[in-house]
Amino acid sequence: MSDRMLTMAEAVREAMTIAFDERPEVFLLGEDVGIYGGAFGVSGDMYHRYGSERVLDTPIAELGIVGAAVGAALSGMRPIVEIQFSDFTAQAMDQIANQAAKIHFMLGGALHVPMVLRTPQGSGTGAAAQHSQNLEPWFASVPGLKVVVPSNPADAKGLLLASIDDPNPVIFLEHKLLYKIPGRDPVPEGSGRIPLGVAKVVREGKDLTIVATGIMVNKSYEVCEKLAAEGISITLIDPRTISPLDMQPVYESVEKTGRLMVVQEGPAHAGFINEVIAQMAGSSSFGSLIAPIKRLAGMNIPIPYAPQLEKAAVPQIEDIEAAAREIVKNWR
Amino acid sequence: MSTNPLVMGHPLASTENARHALLYMCRIRKFEEAVEDLFGRGMMHGTMHLSIGQEASPTGMCMALTIQDQITSTHRGHGHCIAKGADLTRMIAELLGKEIGYCGGRGGSMHIADVETGNLGANGVVGGGIPIAAGAALASKMMKKGTVAVSFFGDGAMNEGAFHEAANLAAIWKLPMILFCENNKYGMSSSTEKAFAIDDLADRGKGYGIPGVNVNGNDVVEVYEAAQIAVDRAKKGEGPTLIIAETYRWKGHSRSDKNLYRTKEEIEEWRLLDPIPKFIARAIKQKKLTQEQCDAIQQEATDAIVAAVNEAVKAKAADPAGLLDAVFKKVSA
Repeated sequence: MSDRMLTMAEAVREAMTIAFDERPEVFLLGEDVGIYGGAFGVSGDMYHRYGSERVLDTPIAELGIVGAAVGAALSGMRPIVEIQFSDFTAQAMDQIANQAAKIHFMLGGALHVPMVLRTPQGSGTGAAAQHSQNLEPWFASVPGLKVVVPSNPADAKGLLLASIDDPNPVIFLEHKLLYKIPGRDPVPEGSGRIPLGVAKVVREGKDLTIVATGIMVNKSYEVCEKLAAEGISITLIDPRTISPLDMQPVYESVEKTGRLMVVQEGPAHAGFINEVIAQMAGSSSFGSLIAPIKRLAGMNIPIPYAPQLEKAAVPQIEDIEAAAREIVKNWR
Repeated sequence: MSTNPLVMGHPLASTENARHALLYMCRIRKFEEAVEDLFGRGMMHGTMHLSIGQEASPTGMCMALTIQDQITSTHRGHGHCIAKGADLTRMIAELLGKEIGYCGGRGGSMHIADVETGNLGANGVVGGGIPIAAGAALASKMMKKGTVAVSFFGDGAMNEGAFHEAANLAAIWKLPMILFCENNKYGMSSSTEKAFAIDDLADRGKGYGIPGVNVNGNDVVEVYEAAQIAVDRAKKGEGPTLIIAETYRWKGHSRSDKNLYRTKEEIEEWRLLDPIPKFIARAIKQKKLTQEQCDAIQQEATDAIVAAVNEAVKAKAADPAGLLDAVFKKVSA
């Protein structure tokens, strides 16, 4: 067995190299993914390993890059396109939302778009409002896109391999703060896939169910550990893919705990995590709840610059801890 | 199923080629007239963008292409589909919302694609197909397919960022691509005079370091000759070409158009430049076709459209039952 502790950047790169070695039609394109190794170092040495024909440095032209990936995907290739910051997907949104997402459906199944768009998202780097957003709901609200939000290196590797296999467009949202830190669990050797659309029960408890996405899984995990010492036991569920969304483990857990808290980094208003609440509200498990559902999410503001302002804008460990303690203590 | 194997080569190289050029221009004309008629009679819903008057451009371009060469098309895309060899019945059926339509009724007029004839699809977004064609050309280059990808678009698309980004990518990567602009003078109501500060749209080629050429888009021979040069250049690995084909749409932008932005006189002037009689006269003069043959070809086109409409009208309406399962392609085990 492996005990390799990789960072998410290393795990993503490993998945890409496995896919490169398995399939000649896989290639990577994006801004500075070549000699530079990617703005966050994710492609690393791939340019030197695979050459400029499979690791394509592009001009700064997000719409053109994603469009070229769509066209190549329609024509027998399997592109992985890296958009340097998820904020810049706004430049490419026609190709993402109007073209890639709709082609299979709109053209009556004649064509499909096996493309993965990888992009770093999230706050915490002091890069301010145009380099720090969490845009999960933008993509989750477009039928025809699959949306993956890995919270740790081992999942990132298996999910990215499954995403590259998938015949449909996949948006793969990587959190910048996770790139350089090792995960809690080792990353398996080999080319194992983690299927899209299967949530992961990260840990089990009996007092509270927390559903969190991306980096909020990590923050919530720390809270679970800390509160376990106080005798509060928590089930933590990571959907891993937000489209499609696997709610079954959430229903099963809530039937045991009777309490639900949802946590996301993005703004609360019309956020992705609201979908979890809506589906719970309409399910037969709703009657198991003994407490109002608690939502923790980012403030409805652009991400600010100064460190103390930036921290205030999104849920922190202390916020999650306080909310978890409160819901368990107040609702019995 | 494509209706006919495509004929390649110069429209006046032989009787067969001349017949093909005339037949396909007439198919496009009759198809568009049928669509207008079906709309007028309330048998089609949605909207339509007719390319009557523009038939020579797609026909000439596609006579330089193999069936494996790829195209992307536009909202005004019926002509491109037909010129590339699409099945007329499945096209009409799509517009009528039938199960046998190209998109099973899910796409309609603006989203017909045909994998068998290398048609990657019409597009509802102006300029949307241009980067996609660049990507198809990139795939051709990476996979050493030896094919070319043509993006058809209108003058309006040349002011979209998508045009600029795709033209630049195609140029720096020397992609086997052709940027084919049907300059029909208007992006909806905006004339090229209002929308461009340059007189010659082909000048844009210089900005990307690629050839920019002007052709008479109502002359199928001239279009073909420029297209063949561009195809040869692309297939030799020398990169893309921008072709500006000057043409005119006789009908409005869509069915809501009241033609407030142009004069009746202008429309009449262009109707006199009809590409079909122009080609007939030339083909007869060069003894590639006789008047009788030309009459028969026109009748053949009409008969094909009538047969397609009759078959499509009888076909089963698209069924909403399968919609949810149609969003994603199934993941194979």
